[in-house]
Amino acid sequence: MPDYAWPDAEHRKLIGTRVTRVDAPAKVSGRAKYTYDVHRPGMLYGKVLRSPYAHAKVVSIDTSAAEKMPGVKAVHIVQGPGANIHWAGDDIVAVAAVDETTAEDAVRAIKVKYQQLPHLVSDAEPPKGAAEEQGPLSMDAIGDMLDNQVPARQMVEAIGKYGITEKPSEDALKEAKEDGAPDEVLAALRTATVHPEAGNRPPSNYQKAAAQTVGDPDKAFSEAEVVSEGLYGIPVITHCCLESHGSISEWTDQEHVFTHISTQNVSGIPGQMAEPLKIPATNIRVHQDNIGGGFGSKFSPDRWGIFTAEISKKAGGKPVRIMLERDAELEMAGARPSAFARVKVAAKKDGTLTAWQSDSWGTGGPGGGGMPPIPYVFSIPNQRQQHTAIRNNIGPARAWRAPNHPQAAVLTMCALDDLAAKLNMDPVDFFGKNLNLTKARENTYREELAIAADLMGWKQKWHPRPQPASNGVVRGVGVSFHTWGGRGHNSDCDLTIHPDGSVELKMGSQDLGTGTRTCILVVAADTLGVPLDAIQLLIGDTTYPPSGGSGGSTTIGGVSSSTRRAAVDARDALFAKVAPALNAQPDQLECVNGKVGVKGDSSKSLSWKEACSKIGAMPITVRGKNPDRSKPPDLTNSGVGGVQMAEVEVDADTGIVKVKKMVAAQDCGLVIDLKTAETQCYGALIMGISYSLYEEKVMDPTSGRMLNADMQFYRLAGLSDIPELVVHMMTGKGYDERGVIGLGEPPVISPGAAISNAVANAIGVRVPFLPLTPDRVLAALEQKAGA
Amino acid sequence: MRDDDEVLKPQAEDGSDSSKVSRRDFLRISGISVAVPLVAGPKTVLASGEQVPVHGPGMVAMEFTINGKSYKANLEPRVTLLDALRDQFELTGAKRVCDRAECGSCTVLMDNKTVYACSVLAIEAQKKPITTVESLMQNGNLHPVQQAFIDHDASQCGFCTPGFIVSCKAFLDKHPQPTAEDIRHGLSGNLCRCGTYEGIRKAIAQVAQKGA
Repeated sequence: MPDYAWPDAEHRKLIGTRVTRVDAPAKVSGRAKYTYDVHRPGMLYGKVLRSPYAHAKVVSIDTSAAEKMPGVKAVHIVQGPGANIHWAGDDIVAVAAVDETTAEDAVRAIKVKYQQLPHLVSDAEPPKGAAEEQGPLSMDAIGDMLDNQVPARQMVEAIGKYGITEKPSEDALKEAKEDGAPDEVLAALRTATVHPEAGNRPPSNYQKAAAQTVGDPDKAFSEAEVVSEGLYGIPVITHCCLESHGSISEWTDQEHVFTHISTQNVSGIPGQMAEPLKIPATNIRVHQDNIGGGFGSKFSPDRWGIFTAEISKKAGGKPVRIMLERDAELEMAGARPSAFARVKVAAKKDGTLTAWQSDSWGTGGPGGGGMPPIPYVFSIPNQRQQHTAIRNNIGPARAWRAPNHPQAAVLTMCALDDLAAKLNMDPVDFFGKNLNLTKARENTYREELAIAADLMGWKQKWHPRPQPASNGVVRGVGVSFHTWGGRGHNSDCDLTIHPDGSVELKMGSQDLGTGTRTCILVVAADTLGVPLDAIQLLIGDTTYPPSGGSGGSTTIGGVSSSTRRAAVDARDALFAKVAPALNAQPDQLECVNGKVGVKGDSSKSLSWKEACSKIGAMPITVRGKNPDRSKPPDLTNSGVGGVQMAEVEVDADTGIVKVKKMVAAQDCGLVIDLKTAETQCYGALIMGISYSLYEEKVMDPTSGRMLNADMQFYRLAGLSDIPELVVHMMTGKGYDERGVIGLGEPPVISPGAAISNAVANAIGVRVPFLPLTPDRVLAALEQKAGA
Repeated sequence: MRDDDEVLKPQAEDGSDSSKVSRRDFLRISGISVAVPLVAGPKTVLASGEQVPVHGPGMVAMEFTINGKSYKANLEPRVTLLDALRDQFELTGAKRVCDRAECGSCTVLMDNKTVYACSVLAIEAQKKPITTVESLMQNGNLHPVQQAFIDHDASQCGFCTPGFIVSCKAFLDKHPQPTAEDIRHGLSGNLCRCGTYEGIRKAIAQVAQKGA
C-alpha cells in the first residue's frame, strides 16, 4: 500500500515551513487578472435598473425608449409586472450596450411603476406577542429559510407548529432538495398540515422558535449563588468584497456558454446555471484566475449571473459584462445576520458555571435566519434558549466568514465575562476553571489560553473593572474563545509527470487569497522532491477535475489531501519505471532535492530529468481524490480551537475606542504553509477590529434603504486602526498528527467578543452592542452614571 | 434646488435636445473648463454669466501619455481616467471598487502625484503624465516596494494591492524615512478588506530601512 500519510517533521522539506505566496509577484505588479479585468472581444456592458423600494409590486415596465437608443443591444426584463420585490436594490431590468455610459443612459430611460407595500427594516427587539401571529409557511418562506441556513431542526419545528399554505408539488420538493433542504425538512413538508385559506394573509415578520432546554435551568437558577443578566448584540454587516459580484458571459454557439465569474465555487457554477439556461452543465465552461474577495458571499451565479448569460443570448451571444456597482454590492449582495440576546447566566461562588438562559432575536433579511449556537464553546449543564427570527426587507443574508459563530461568541463570551466581573474573578481564571465544559478541545484551549496570556502580558494588564470612568483615557483587556470544524471538502486533481521531467497539476479549485495555490504546490513539491517552480499548477477552470467550493474552511484539507494522494501515486509510478535503471526495487527509492535515488545510498541516484526520461513515450497521469477511503489514512480532520485577547484604550471624554494590541493563539492541525497561515490570522484580526469598531448596515426606517451603501460611511478599518498584532500558530506534537484542518473561519470569530470585553474592563461597564462607536460608549457610561 | 431637472439654455443655434445640459453634467463641464485650456468646441453654454465650452455629448478625440507611451481614444467627456485605462487601454492594474474616491484601489500617479483615477475625468488627464502600477516593474525587475510586499506577504485576494503599491511608492518617495505616525497618516487613503495591513506595514519598514 502506498504511504499517503503526511511525512513526519524530520521528513518534511517544505510542509510547515514559511513559503512565499506563489501568486504574489503577479498581484504586486498588477498583472493578476480578475473577472472585473477580463475584456472579451466585442464585449457589451450591462447595467441594471434596481428597485428603489424595499417592498413593492411591479405594476408596469416601459422599455421602449431604452430599446430605441443607439448602441443598446438588448433589454431584458428580470422581474416583470406582478413580481413582488422584497428589498431595495433588487434587479428589475437589465440592459446591454456598446459601452457603460450608453447602458447607464438606457437604464435611466426605462419607466417602471411600482405599487409600494409596507416594509420593515428594523431588527429591534420583537414587540411582545408579535411572534405568536405567525401564520402557515409558504414555499417561498421555506426557500428563504434554506437560503439563510436556518438549522433543519428549527425548520421542522416551524413546519410542524404553523403548517404550510399549500401542498408542495413533487417538483417544488425536488427544487427544495436542490436548494439544500435536508431529508427531514422534506419529510416534514410532505406530512405538514395545509391551511390554504391562510395563503393570502401576510406572514408575520416574527418567527418564534420553540424553546430548547437542557438539564433543569429553573432549578439551577433558583440554587445559583451568583447570577448575571445582560443585553448583548452584533448588527447586520456586509461582505463588502472589493471586487464586486459579477460575470461576463457569452454564447460560443447556440448550445454553449463561456462564463468568467467572480466566484468561490468554480466547479459548482455550471450545475447551478444549467437549468435556468436550459442547456446541460457540460456545455457551460467557467473560468476564473483570481477573485477579489468572497468571504462567503460568492457560491452561486446569482440571479444576475443567470441574466447576464440570458441577455448575452438576446444580444446574439456577444460577451456581456455585468459587475455590480458598489451601492448594489453593499445593499443586496449579501450580509451577515444580526443577533441580539437578553442573557442570564449563573455560577457557584467559586466560578463553576451552572446555568444559561437566553432570549435571542436577529434578522437575516427576508428569511429571518437561525439562532447562533449559544452558549458557545462552553456546554453549560443547564440551559434554556428561545429565539425569534425577524423576517424583514433589508436584503438577503449570506454566509459570512464563520456563519453564526462571531454572533455566538459575542452573545456568549460577553455574558460570561460580565459574570466573571460579578464574581470578582480574573476572566482568565474564570474561563480556565470552566474549560472542562469545552469537552474535546479542553487541552487545546488550556495550552492556548496560557500562551495567549503570556503574549498579551495579561497578568500585568488585567485589573478588576473600575468604577465607570467619566473622563480620561483608560485601558483594559478582554479574552474570547472560538471553535470551528474545517474538514476538507471533496476535491479531485490530475497530476502529470512528463518524460521531459515537467510536472503539471490540474484542479478546478480557486484561490481566494488564502494561499491555496501556494499550499497545493508545497504539498506536491514536498512529495516529489522538486522545487515549487518545477510544477505548473492550473486551477480555476471547469475543464479541470472538480474541486469543492471554498467555504467553511474546507479548501485546505480538500486540496492538500487530493494533491498528496496524486503526488504519492505519481511518484510511486515513477519509481516503478526508474527502479531497474538504479538496480533497485521501487520501494527502496526516494526523491529529494531534485533527485531520484536509493535510500541511504547517495551513489545510486539520477537527476529528476534523467529519472523522468525512463517513463517512456507516454506521461504518467494520476487522479488524486479527497475523500478516498480506498487510500487511507484520512489526511484531513475536523475541529479546532482558538483563543484571542485584546487590549484597548478608551477615551472616556470622547467615547473613542482604540485597539492597542491583539493576540491570537490558533490551531488548525498540520500547517502546510506557515507564512500564508499567519497572514490569514492577521487578516482575521484586522477584519475583526473593523467589525468591532465600525461596520454596520444602517437602514432608514422611512425609505427602507441602506443609508451607508458606499465606502465612506460603510467604514472599513484602515491602516491607522491596526495595533500590534501577535499570532501564534499551535504546531508540533498534539497538533500536526491530526492532519490538515481549515483556518479561514476560526480566527475571525473571537475579535468582537474579545474587544467588547476589553472595553468593559477599561470603562467598568458593558457597551451592549457592536460596533463600539463613540456614541454607544458614551451612552453606556452615562446610563451607568445615572443608574 | 432640484438636481437633475434644471436645464440650462444652450447658446447653440440649433437648440436641439441633445445639447441640453443638466445641472449634474454642468458641474462636470465647469470642472473641465478650469482644467483644460479653452478650445473652440461646437457649443458653449452660458453658466454664471460666462460662456463655457461643451465637450460632447458624444465622442471626443483624446490623447494621453501613460507610462511614457502615447495612447489615443475617442471617449465621451464623462468617462473617467480609470475606465479609460481599464476598458480602452487594457491597463487593468488599477481597480474599480468604490468608484467615488473612498478606497484608493484605483490609485495612479498623475503629474507624479497620487490621484484616485475613478474621480479624475479622462478628458482632464490629457497632457499630464500618468503612471500606473504596470510600469513599476522595469526590465523584469520588481520595484523595491513590490519586492517588500512579496517578502512580507502583504497581499491576500490582491484586489487592493496595485493601488497600495502605487500609494506606498509615492509615499516613500516623499518620506524616505517615515515614522510610524507618518505611515498611519500617509497611507490611510487605501482600504483593504482581507486585512493585509500588517504585511504592508512591515513592507514599508523594510523599504524605508534599505532605501527605495
